[in-house]
Amino acid sequence: MWQLFHKLGSPKWFYGIATRLMPWLLVGGALLLLAGIVWGLAFAPKDYLQGNSYRIIFIHVPTAFLAQSVYIMMAVAAVVTLVWRMKLADVFVKAVAPVGLVLTFLALFTGAVWGKPTWGTWWIWDARLTSMLILLFLYGGVIALDRAINDEKSAARAVAVLVLVGVVNIPIIKYSVEWWNTLHQPATFKLTEKPSMPAEMWVPLLLSVLGLYLIFGWLACLRMQTEIIAREQRTRWVKDLVMAGRH
Amino acid sequence: MAFDSLSAFIAMEGHGPYVWTCYGVFFLLLAGLMVWSRHRRSVMMEACRRNYERQDQGQQRAAKPAATFTRVEVSQD
Repeated sequence: MWQLFHKLGSPKWFYGIATRLMPWLLVGGALLLLAGIVWGLAFAPKDYLQGNSYRIIFIHVPTAFLAQSVYIMMAVAAVVTLVWRMKLADVFVKAVAPVGLVLTFLALFTGAVWGKPTWGTWWIWDARLTSMLILLFLYGGVIALDRAINDEKSAARAVAVLVLVGVVNIPIIKYSVEWWNTLHQPATFKLTEKPSMPAEMWVPLLLSVLGLYLIFGWLACLRMQTEIIAREQRTRWVKDLVMAGRH
Repeated sequence: MAFDSLSAFIAMEGHGPYVWTCYGVFFLLLAGLMVWSRHRRSVMMEACRRNYERQDQGQQRAAKPAATFTRVEVSQD
């Protein structure tokens, strides 16, 4: 068990695994995402209440879903950083924070554009929207804090603490639509219930969520590799890797 | 197909501008993020490669002194 844990923490081992995984993540993710989007845009039936504007859901829900799960993953990595001082966990947090920022921005943007024809406004200080905006600032804060501290170990600890403090926002986002009487509609997918939409709507949505997950996996691997090269450039294996010209 | 024609697909009964703006920005940002992340890795690798080459040259120079009793190899100009 401990051996596996150490292996998982080894940047060299991870680099090799990531290289092998990445083509599958990219191809699988692109295929699923495109299938979900084409199906959702052109073939899924029109919503009886919102008309065709609801087709934004096929990118709005995946980005919003990922924005939150990326933060949860970062929080798990932050615990690992603080408790076990595992380098790879900190590499993960730094590599994916900008991805989380872009996903959160996309969720807010697509939500605003969807809100205009549906609610009649781009923005409202509704609990769900406000908590998502806080998530955007949290991602920005993590990136800024990391850049502000030069020492790698202090930066890792400070960033991990910030990520853990911010995790309180995640249940607020999730339950905001139930705790407060908001304009935002409740969740489409619940683990315990069947979706309230017909299958021709939720199957493409599920495909695009899975596709974006895989694309995120590819991005995380790629960006972690970059961070690993930067940090381990004094080691023999990185020198061999770079000089061999193989990625 | 949920639409009768291509023009109906693009218009989306008036919701076209909203829907297509979202998809446009989504693909632009996602593709941009992917290309940028790839580019960053190659820039990092290139920087490291140059660094290693400089170090290796430095080592060779150190192994071979610039001047010996018989010959001065430092450029004189």
